[in-house]
Amino acid sequence: MELKSNVPEGPLEKKWDNYRFSSKLVNPANRRKFSIIIVGTGLAGGAAAATLAEQGYQVKSFCIQDTPRRAHSIAAQGGINAAKNYQNDGDSIFRLFYDTIKGGDFRSREANVYRLAQVSNEIIDQCVAQGVPFAREYGGTLANRSFGGAQVSRTFYARGQTGQQLLLGAYSALSRQIKAGRVTMYTRREMMDVVVVDGRARGITVRNIITGEIESHAADLVILGTGGYGNVYFLSTNAMASNVTAAVRAYKKGAGFANPCYVQIHPTCIPVHGDFQSKLTLMSESLRNDGRVWVPKKKGETRKAADIPENERDYYLENKYPSFGNLVPRDVASRNAKEKCDEGQGVGPTGLAVYLDFAEAIQRDGADVIFRKYGNLFQMYQKIVNVDPMKEPMMIYPAVHYTMGGLWVDYNLMTTIPGLFAIGECNFSDHGANRLGASALMQGLADGYFVIAACVANYLGTNKFAKVDETNEAFLSSRREVEDRLQKLLKNSTGGSAGKCTVDEIHKELGKLMWDYCGMARNKEGLEHALKELPGIRQKFWDKVYIPGSTKDINQSLERAGRVADFIDFAEIVVRDALARGESCGCHLREESQTEENEALRDDANYSHVAVWEYTGEGSEPKLNIEPLTFENVTPSQRSYK
Amino acid sequence: MSEINLTLKIWRQPNAEAEGKVETYSVENISTDSSFLEMLDVLNEKLTHEGVDPVAFDHDCREGICGMCGAVVNGVAHGPEKETTLCQLHMRHFKNGDTIVIEPFRSRAFPIYKDLMIDRSAFDRIIQAGGYTNVNTGGTPDANSVRISSQQLELAMDAAACIGCGACVASCPNGSAMLFTSAKVSQLALLPQGQVERKERAQAMVQCMDGEGFGHCTNTKECEAVCPKGISISNIARLNREFLKGIFTGRDD
Repeated sequence: MELKSNVPEGPLEKKWDNYRFSSKLVNPANRRKFSIIIVGTGLAGGAAAATLAEQGYQVKSFCIQDTPRRAHSIAAQGGINAAKNYQNDGDSIFRLFYDTIKGGDFRSREANVYRLAQVSNEIIDQCVAQGVPFAREYGGTLANRSFGGAQVSRTFYARGQTGQQLLLGAYSALSRQIKAGRVTMYTRREMMDVVVVDGRARGITVRNIITGEIESHAADLVILGTGGYGNVYFLSTNAMASNVTAAVRAYKKGAGFANPCYVQIHPTCIPVHGDFQSKLTLMSESLRNDGRVWVPKKKGETRKAADIPENERDYYLENKYPSFGNLVPRDVASRNAKEKCDEGQGVGPTGLAVYLDFAEAIQRDGADVIFRKYGNLFQMYQKIVNVDPMKEPMMIYPAVHYTMGGLWVDYNLMTTIPGLFAIGECNFSDHGANRLGASALMQGLADGYFVIAACVANYLGTNKFAKVDETNEAFLSSRREVEDRLQKLLKNSTGGSAGKCTVDEIHKELGKLMWDYCGMARNKEGLEHALKELPGIRQKFWDKVYIPGSTKDINQSLERAGRVADFIDFAEIVVRDALARGESCGCHLREESQTEENEALRDDANYSHVAVWEYTGEGSEPKLNIEPLTFENVTPSQRSYK
Repeated sequence: MSEINLTLKIWRQPNAEAEGKVETYSVENISTDSSFLEMLDVLNEKLTHEGVDPVAFDHDCREGICGMCGAVVNGVAHGPEKETTLCQLHMRHFKNGDTIVIEPFRSRAFPIYKDLMIDRSAFDRIIQAGGYTNVNTGGTPDANSVRISSQQLELAMDAAACIGCGACVASCPNGSAMLFTSAKVSQLALLPQGQVERKERAQAMVQCMDGEGFGHCTNTKECEAVCPKGISISNIARLNREFLKGIFTGRDD
């Protein structure tokens, strides 16, 4: 597998300009002759579909939900970063770039991250022009807050619903193009395969969730904006339908998968309540701006929070990291919470939680001020847990939240399959080993609104396209494979359900294995154990899973089964990647590689690279390829938040 | 936490054409900390083990923001709790031994696909009729070039909070989509960015709404009562004003 990053020449701040100048363009009158398939309608996919249609291309957009307004970008709460420096507090494009590279623990590509910081400002302008109601100061200018460890206020927000408002902005732009006839919208479609013709991605095979019909769609190129793979852990903050199927199908057709072990575990989620828990809910990280994290000093403490005196409380983040305190990056906060719980200082009925306490902030600023800032989050918490955070501390615990790994892409956002692009969380490109708060929305919209169009034009302008339609043999054989696979999923469905298991039971088993051995802290022994257990789970799935109904109509069990089958296959490269990366970096903590202070210890001499996994066929070991990372503008340093 | 046992009466309908009927099921040992949808998950696991087709229902984010879930629970869209989506309704609001009746959102403009799954694509078409500003990507002015008072902004945000779940339509005796439509019209009418198309927007969206088979508003306020995001019917008054202003002052073409 050849991994050419195709980073343009020139100094860092000129690369994106140079790229756009040297790229091929497509004449406006010719654009209607090209067709583009975009899978996913989140911030990346939705913005890309609207933008490419505005430019004149014929766009086919696909989503799994009943409408493009529901993609999981909608659930992002906290905000979106940009280097506007509206607060005059020393921000700049270079500082946003530097913070992102450093936050990612020097495991991302400089040129991609710099481009992200460069276009961040345009995103805010674009969204405001669409009518996105970002919070304002009393004087009417845009408000900002500091977020997740940043020492400047660069985060724009719309109450605790920033993702919703940004997504509805992209959805409205997309709706305008649907009305104009430039986007054909296909809802309730699940992508089942990428179709490759003469070495290029030329279409997809999808299943219509309502009719069960298998459909082929051809185009000149395919863009995947299909999100992350957090649900490989069963419990995560991802939506129920979030899955890795599109990316795994691409991987099996020849797309390299980069850094799958980089999984962000978010420190402020609502703790698990019991065995029937179906997903976890995030509480915005902005809460750490005013909330103080603590656990009782005494192990196995049984008193209520209010009855524990100050001197018996362990404010472990403030004590250990005096300069960042409660605002340390996500990976550091998560790991410390786990350590405290593992040591027996956890709180709540399961002992798997820590306190996030607003008492001091309420006393300092007044109940009104705190409620105005966090009221909607407090209400959300109260709805789920039945406790009012204005009166008692919240309980929080880390949960799988975001996946930095993804399909490998070059500077053009193109995977190793020519003509197959990946944008947003679906690619690996910008966040390295750890993503900063409020940067996911920024990356999704940067890719969708501002980056992909130039890349698409360059690709279309430099290649010749033979006419390909859905009767091509590659489409027919893809359909057959998809149909065979569906039949295979249903093979245990005759002869009743006795002695068989449900899809969720196996998904939970997979999730538990991944959480226990490939979660917040990993070691060689545990990862090897997981690798040994995975084939058994796969075997059990194919031998025992029982799916009622048929392929020919609405069958939610069948949908989930297809996704879980791919999660099982995918889990293997997550574990292999975690095993192969013998260092700790960002969210990936290998217990063998820590500083004396139990911080992640990088090993730049051996691991300053992107690990890219190549599919080599069923039953054969995937191959590890390397893209070395070079740093010309920043010097990798050991992160310290003391 | 405690555990409760429940009797469920659920609308079952195999597909759009078939006739539906209410089936009775029981579920045991439901944690009162679990959500309503997690309770349905338990039922579906049980049905699957019994070889019975599980109940189809729409859901996705399970944190009350995507707008995908929704059903009528004991006669109320999204159930008994105020400003709460079905996924955020927790079982502590029910008692051991309760019987719960669960039906899909019903309306002429929302055909049923299967069981509790419905087709809400009419909402998309209403937005496509005018729920946007006509700006392309790129070339937009600096975000701070127009000041907007925080008061005005908060009003727009109140309207923009709509999640498009359809509870308003399901609760309205006329099957009206006025609350949904008015939320988008209000958001854009209240902001300077929405002024250019203001005179045409309300008419285009209302015309589409009528064409989709939604009924008219007769001020019964059922929509506001069930809205999980607390969207106020004052938005409907604003929509009516926008609509009339558009008639008298809009372009005639």
